[in-house]
Amino acid sequence: MTDFAIELAGISKRFGAVQANRDVSMHIAKGSIHGIIGENGAGKSTLMSILYGYYQADSGSIRVNGREVRIRNSQEAIRLGIGMVHQHFMLVDTFTVLENIVLGAEGGLLLKQGMEQARAHLLQLNRDYSLEVDPDALVGELGVGLQQRVEILKALYRGADVLILDEPTAVLTPQEADHLFCILRALREQGKTVILITHKLREVMDITDAVSVMRAGTVVGNVRTADVDKEKLADLMVGRKVSLKVDKAERTPGAAVLEVRGLSLTDARGVKLLDGLDFQVRAGEIVGIAGVSGNGQSELLEVLAGMVEPTSGEIRYHGKDLLQEKSSQPRAALYRQKGIAHVPEDRSREGLVKSFPMFENAILGYHNDKTISRRGLFSRQALLARTRDFIRQFDIRPDNAQLRVGLLSGGNQQKVVLAREIHANPDLLLIGQPTRGVDIGAIEFIHRRLVELRDAGKAILLVSVELEEILALSDRILVMAGGQISGEVAAREADTVSLGLLMGGHKQ
Amino acid sequence: MEQWLSLLDSTIRVATPLVLAALAGMFSERSGVVDIGLEGKMLVAAFASGAAAFVTHSPWLGLLAGVMAAVSMAMVHAFVSVTYNGNQLISGMAINTIASGITPVLGLAWFQQGGNTPQLDDDSRFHDITLPFADALSNVPVLGQLYSKLLSGHSILVYLTILIIPLVSWVVYRSRFGLRLRAVGENPHAADTAGVSVARVRYIALFWGGVLCGMAGTFLSVYQTGSFIKEMTAGKGFLALAALIFGKWRPLPAVLGCLLFAFADALQIRLEGVDLPIVGQIPSQAIQVIPYVLTVLLLAGFVGRAVAPKSIGVPFVKSR
Ligand SMILES: Nc1ncnc2c1ncn2[C@@H]1O[C@H](COP(=O)(O)OP(=O)(O)OP(=O)(O)O)[C@@H](O)[C@H]1O
Ligand SMILES: [Mg+2]
Repeated sequence: MTDFAIELAGISKRFGAVQANRDVSMHIAKGSIHGIIGENGAGKSTLMSILYGYYQADSGSIRVNGREVRIRNSQEAIRLGIGMVHQHFMLVDTFTVLENIVLGAEGGLLLKQGMEQARAHLLQLNRDYSLEVDPDALVGELGVGLQQRVEILKALYRGADVLILDEPTAVLTPQEADHLFCILRALREQGKTVILITHKLREVMDITDAVSVMRAGTVVGNVRTADVDKEKLADLMVGRKVSLKVDKAERTPGAAVLEVRGLSLTDARGVKLLDGLDFQVRAGEIVGIAGVSGNGQSELLEVLAGMVEPTSGEIRYHGKDLLQEKSSQPRAALYRQKGIAHVPEDRSREGLVKSFPMFENAILGYHNDKTISRRGLFSRQALLARTRDFIRQFDIRPDNAQLRVGLLSGGNQQKVVLAREIHANPDLLLIGQPTRGVDIGAIEFIHRRLVELRDAGKAILLVSVELEEILALSDRILVMAGGQISGEVAAREADTVSLGLLMGGHKQ
Repeated sequence: MEQWLSLLDSTIRVATPLVLAALAGMFSERSGVVDIGLEGKMLVAAFASGAAAFVTHSPWLGLLAGVMAAVSMAMVHAFVSVTYNGNQLISGMAINTIASGITPVLGLAWFQQGGNTPQLDDDSRFHDITLPFADALSNVPVLGQLYSKLLSGHSILVYLTILIIPLVSWVVYRSRFGLRLRAVGENPHAADTAGVSVARVRYIALFWGGVLCGMAGTFLSVYQTGSFIKEMTAGKGFLALAALIFGKWRPLPAVLGCLLFAFADALQIRLEGVDLPIVGQIPSQAIQVIPYVLTVLLLAGFVGRAVAPKSIGVPFVKSR
């Protein structure tokens, strides 16, 4: 009898030229919450995919509960009691929660009986771990937080003793993340083992018992959480000192670049998503929009980027109302041409074409740029040169401009979008969740770039669910609740408590 | 009443192969494989069953041959588009082309009748069946008439189809296979991580699609005309596909779509050469076009957004 649920020894995995894992060894104690941290592309997701049978390791061995096993596919992983909540959820949107949960484990040719059993079991799990999931809800209509709980339920229903979560909090609001951690603690109490991949050191300190730190495919440290602090971890992860604070000089902002008046958006069902917004973003300032997600921030970005037509209101850009402009081009293209860049919140749906190579993604939306295309023909040379430049500046790994973007790790995909939009040197940068899934070293760099852009007299509108990010970057903070602006605070005077109140909808 | 009954009666006859083909298409498309090869599978089945029934003098052996021929075509489709992740549209189109080429060639080689199969004698064909008490009830108003004139007097294939409709609907919504079928067409990655073999489900779906197409083709040659005629499917496979889309890939609404198209077709036959009030006699070309115009109108305007299974047409490759 060992007290390790999982033992990995000497795991290596290579994808073409990329050595994603190199001789990785790791011991995960039973009934513990084990964190894995590391820079983007360090090989965390790959390692867990090997454990879950999604990939085969080139060499190395895996022990589950002390017994050496070969895991050739996810079914075998499931049989060994390993469950995984993927970075991208694996759910059928058109199915109910219950159907998603029984899929693949129906327990008989007919659905009825299995479904009834599953329902009872589900309600039990719901109660045990306070998951609060309605078994009959359509999964496609649930928010990400709930979808994630459906994934957890799926794993538990199949009898998982080891639960792997890959960046579970990247898509969650802080409240949802708190709830998730309650669930994880409850799981630990029941003797389950949890493996948690995350970029947020705060979470690691809060909830894990032990941490493995990965860098460039190898494990560079296995530590007990109690023995370290955030700074130490950051150090281990990046291999140098990281400043978790943004250096930012006071600046007097210039003229208004963006001025929004009475902006409203009503959806097909008559729900007011944006309700009479008025605000300015001036040259040389970063305006942060805080709020519990789902209160209109996403819609605001979409409207300002020209992806969605508002119901009423004005969007004045350098004094002229953009909505009055006539053009044969789509609105989003027109805005872009006028110097409004946009980093969408959901990079895989709106920011990238995953099946395109990196160098084609690096110019999406800017293909008319004279320096890369002449009379409708691209200069491949110029394209590749620009992409290599992005790779160098943003430290995108692996440094292969021809690689399909879908094969990059999550954080590196985000860097491609950021590099492209910042390179455009826009007058106004609309940016949603700039550091979602990005490691702390890269966050530091991205934050510096944004401040540089502001110091060069550009206007930046920042939407983020990370209050710390908003507080670190913004000059002014607007709080949104229920499609309205519920308050404005100067960044100097803001703190998490006062913002939290405003986010709850308390008007100033 | 008489008029209406006979119109509805021919609607049922026309609808039967459409319904079978549409349900076949539903299996393949719900599993995520676009099936424009319905037409070809039906045609091959029509030929094989016509030829086999002629040689063996048994309509049932004809049916068996038809089903086997269509299933083999379906398995070729599966082999290309599931095992080798080939393009589903192109392989489907290839099936149609092969079918329309190979049937007259074999027909000519075996029977020397211009690519058709010889006319079947009475023993080798499916016949209309008179249901019990049909004669006795024919004088009872409404219900009796409906029973004896509409329900009675069809081929066994029609009755089989009537049984198959609820069966298919039940399989899709109430069985384990149905759940997996729908999951695989919607999000194969989710099905795969849940431990469902995507390839297996797709093969099974295409297999059953082949069986149903085989029945549809047999209906045409061994029942309706009594011989295989070159290109006798005449776009029915595509019409069935349209009905499937009309029904938003759900079995019962798709059947309804088939009935609608069949009704338009029956009406067209009825209207030919008839003097209508005001307009007079309508040229037959204009009438023949009715079912197709109806198709276009329905698909364009009345169906609303047809939401296809999300992963339809996309080969399943395990990678991100
Ligand atoms: N299927 C694949 N083909 C080629 N390269 C791959 C593949 N999967 C991963 N890689 C590469 O392997 C490396 C490790 O990727 P992995 O996704 O494990 O990183 P990660 O640590 O999870 O990063 P992140 O924090 O950004 O999610 C990356 O350089 C990535 O580009
Ligand atoms: Mg990852």
